[in-house]
Amino acid sequence: MRAFQILLAALVVVAPIAAAEAKPLTYPLPDETATLRPGPDMQTAQNNCSTCHSVDYINTQPPQRGAEFWEAEVKKMIHSYHAPISDADAKTIVNYLAKTY
Amino acid sequence: MNRRCLLKGVGSALSGVVLTSFAAPLGARAQDTITLPFANGARPLVRYPGKRPLIQLTARPPQLETPFSVFNESVITPNDAFFVRYHLSDIPLSIDPEAFRLEVKGKVDRPLSLSLSDLITGFEPVEIVAVHQCTGNSRGFVEPRVAGGQLGHGAMGNARWRGVPLKAVLDRAGVQAGSRQVTFNGLDRPVLPETPDFVKALDVDHARDGEVMIAYAMNGEDLPWLNGFPVRLVAPGYYGTYWVKHLSEITVIDRVFDGYWMASAYRVPDNACACTEPGQKPSATVPASRFNVRSFITNLGDGSRVRAKAPTLVKGIAFDGGYGITDVLLSSDGGETWRETALGADHGRYSFREWHAEVRLPAGAHELKVRAINRIRQSQPIAPLWNPPGYSRNVVETVRVHAA
Repeated sequence: MRAFQILLAALVVVAPIAAAEAKPLTYPLPDETATLRPGPDMQTAQNNCSTCHSVDYINTQPPQRGAEFWEAEVKKMIHSYHAPISDADAKTIVNYLAKTY
Repeated sequence: MNRRCLLKGVGSALSGVVLTSFAAPLGARAQDTITLPFANGARPLVRYPGKRPLIQLTARPPQLETPFSVFNESVITPNDAFFVRYHLSDIPLSIDPEAFRLEVKGKVDRPLSLSLSDLITGFEPVEIVAVHQCTGNSRGFVEPRVAGGQLGHGAMGNARWRGVPLKAVLDRAGVQAGSRQVTFNGLDRPVLPETPDFVKALDVDHARDGEVMIAYAMNGEDLPWLNGFPVRLVAPGYYGTYWVKHLSEITVIDRVFDGYWMASAYRVPDNACACTEPGQKPSATVPASRFNVRSFITNLGDGSRVRAKAPTLVKGIAFDGGYGITDVLLSSDGGETWRETALGADHGRYSFREWHAEVRLPAGAHELKVRAINRIRQSQPIAPLWNPPGYSRNVVETVRVHAA
């Protein structure tokens, strides 16, 4: 009985605190659906680029802008955003993007 | 009439926008798409929680554009239609409003840690109707095309913001003498720790102008999650880049902030037009600041058909960086002659200003053009200006209609 009273007292003390701690609100994001266009070395772009962002960032860029455009973008990712892309992968990605987009 | 039909009907009548519906692969839901009127402009329309279907530019992080037809419906942009722009992919997906704290620190006499209820009950609330616009709004129309978010005109919106003047919060903390800038950080984070966190800065005088606000409500409701719940910065008249979402840290500093998002990104050419010759780099740049003047026709779009020689209503919206719109001029002959239009109700100098006019068009093709002027006689260029990041586009817009 005494143990029950202690338990009850503990519950009375704990309950208001629990009630005051509102549950966090959560936000469910819809699934990501964009995929890269098929092409040689698509997987290298997929592996590197999609670490930080969905590939619609690539898919929505203006079409047929050439290697210079994509090289500037890949360089921006490496130098401004510090994406850990190797020199070899960077070349491969620029080549894929320039050919495929 | 369901929403899809409504969007389809209005969308195809406006802005040359084409809406299509296609069956997704087996097992997935059918998806609506919209095609913005520039090359590679196809976008899915995606419904996020708390939002109506919006034009999805990117999914991770979310970037959603308002369908242009929304701007013809009301001077206030509804919360469920308001555009969304994040920079970094680790966005907050779980927030406890009771545990949330806004820290005020740095060169202050009394650092503060404010709960949401401290903000709501501990300060005199203020309200302002203000346009929020992405610095890169309309980038998809820039020619020659430039890299970046390829937006139509839908990365803008007009809302009634309610919150606490930033000045009141800074005064309570006690800004120390010699302070130069105030920086703002939110709960969103980069995926890689090496990527610069999204932190923005305003000069101390601007931060204490009494208009910059820590907003906790938008159009009479809590901020939508994707618009910065539970609090965001509102910098009336200034580009959206400063309107930090999920605002959690305010830091007063005694130098000019040198973080990436101020020192390298969101900078425009340092000249009167904020422009360069197409393809040229500017010799010097400054942080993007106030909106320039813009105006739009909202009830007619490219390809709209109107009755010849009959009274035709033309209406739309105009705004600027806070001087206030004083005149909106309309041309129905491709810019040869201009006439005054009637302005709608004044919701304050930071708000969209509605305008309307009646025209009678002879049979044939016509170019309608709209041009706004603000209180200090700033207006819009007839030919588009260009800069490398595709910022602050404000050319006089043209709508091609056919009268028959």
